[in-house]
Amino acid sequence: MSEALALLAWGDGGWGDEMVFGAFVTLQVATLAFVLGIVFGAGGAAIKLSKVPGVPLIGDLYTTLIRGVPDLITIYIIFFGGGQAAMAVARVFGYTGYIESDPLTTGVIALGIISGAYSTEVIRGAVLAVPKGQIEAAKAAGMSTLTRFHRILIPQVARYALPGLGNVWQLTLKDTSLISVVGLVEIMRQAFVASGSTKEPFTFFVTAAVLYLALTSLSNKVFDKAEIWANRGVRRV
Amino acid sequence: MITLFDKPDNVWELIANGLPWTLTLAASSLAIGFVLAVGLALLRLSPITPLRWAAWSYVYFFRSTPLLVQIFLIYYGLGQFEAVQKSVFWPLLREAHWCAILALTLNTTAYTSEIIRGGLQAVPWGQVEAAKACGMSVLMRFRRVVFPQAIRQALPGYGNEIVLMVKSTSLASTITLLEMTLIARKETSATFTIEPLFVAAVFYLAINFLATRGVMALEYKLSPDLRDAKRSLPLPDQEPVAR
Repeated sequence: MSEALALLAWGDGGWGDEMVFGAFVTLQVATLAFVLGIVFGAGGAAIKLSKVPGVPLIGDLYTTLIRGVPDLITIYIIFFGGGQAAMAVARVFGYTGYIESDPLTTGVIALGIISGAYSTEVIRGAVLAVPKGQIEAAKAAGMSTLTRFHRILIPQVARYALPGLGNVWQLTLKDTSLISVVGLVEIMRQAFVASGSTKEPFTFFVTAAVLYLALTSLSNKVFDKAEIWANRGVRRV
Repeated sequence: MITLFDKPDNVWELIANGLPWTLTLAASSLAIGFVLAVGLALLRLSPITPLRWAAWSYVYFFRSTPLLVQIFLIYYGLGQFEAVQKSVFWPLLREAHWCAILALTLNTTAYTSEIIRGGLQAVPWGQVEAAKACGMSVLMRFRRVVFPQAIRQALPGYGNEIVLMVKSTSLASTITLLEMTLIARKETSATFTIEPLFVAAVFYLAINFLATRGVMALEYKLSPDLRDAKRSLPLPDQEPVAR
């Protein structure tokens, strides 16, 4: 046990600081991807709720494809495809060398697209939960589309969507571990490197598990607080 | 399953070589996991506090950490201990596919037990009382009254779990198991085209489509009370819960 603790010491002698740094990278990727996913989700929900014939199909295609294909495949497609796309663009400007995708950018975009598919469903459900009469009443009161949006729709959609978005956040947080396969040095990658050089894989993967447990438990608390805040105006039985 | 020497020319055939492993991983972990999950769900609802607490901890750990950590803990981690290396299980734990099956099974057990628990709790208590009044034993009550209704209730959620497990088998690629994802990734690295990855994606979509159709057909079969005679298969449920 004390040997394991020495391995996890802070500074040059141990891997403690590296692991915690990895946790910050994990948190960074997860946060950026989650925010990007909400943007995609809002767009996806708007497309799915569109009344123009044929348009909702595009949204269905997005969510069905992303949710039916393993996240790892999506990540690889964006990693390898992104590198190829960049090379194709570079060739136009006369550069013929090899370009590799940046793991952080790949991670944020890939996880953003994946979490966006789940957020689409959550936000769509939340928009549908807002009573139609309220929008009609806002119109009758002479509110502009924008005012209706930020005074009536957004606050209520946020409240209805929060529990679902909490799930999406958990999923995104755990999915960041997959970005380690394209070389991003987050918790998993760091644990893998440390295991290799110390020959103590169990110690480091347990450490990784503990870090993930801490991150998920803490963020659960944050979402609980956010839900209480969003529901502050709602009377409870 | 495939060797370097008999590599097919067609990328579809190449990826299809990984299909048996993908299906084996998904089917075996789902089958074993389902049985374990019923037990775990009962523990979760047990009146004995330590049992309830143990089941809760198990579910909490497996749902709060990434599957990749669980796979690496089993495949790379367990070998750290000499006791494990000397045990009778070592010939199994040395193999990537047994480790993958073990990790996927433990993982799906945690998620499935929550789905089943929801189903069990949805059975109205009055029915249990009625069954008691008829003089049924605990076992008979469970077999005839509680379990069939719990399963019916849990089926849509379990359909999502099947899809998630089929997708999760792709993580076995990270521990050298030549299933569809690893074959596709190797081929992509070798040929500099992302076509193999798209082909693998089509295979996964097809499996998941068939699996969801199967679950819907089962749902239809198990709920004669909810359907009218003329309607055919219900439309797909568009809102699965995010994992």
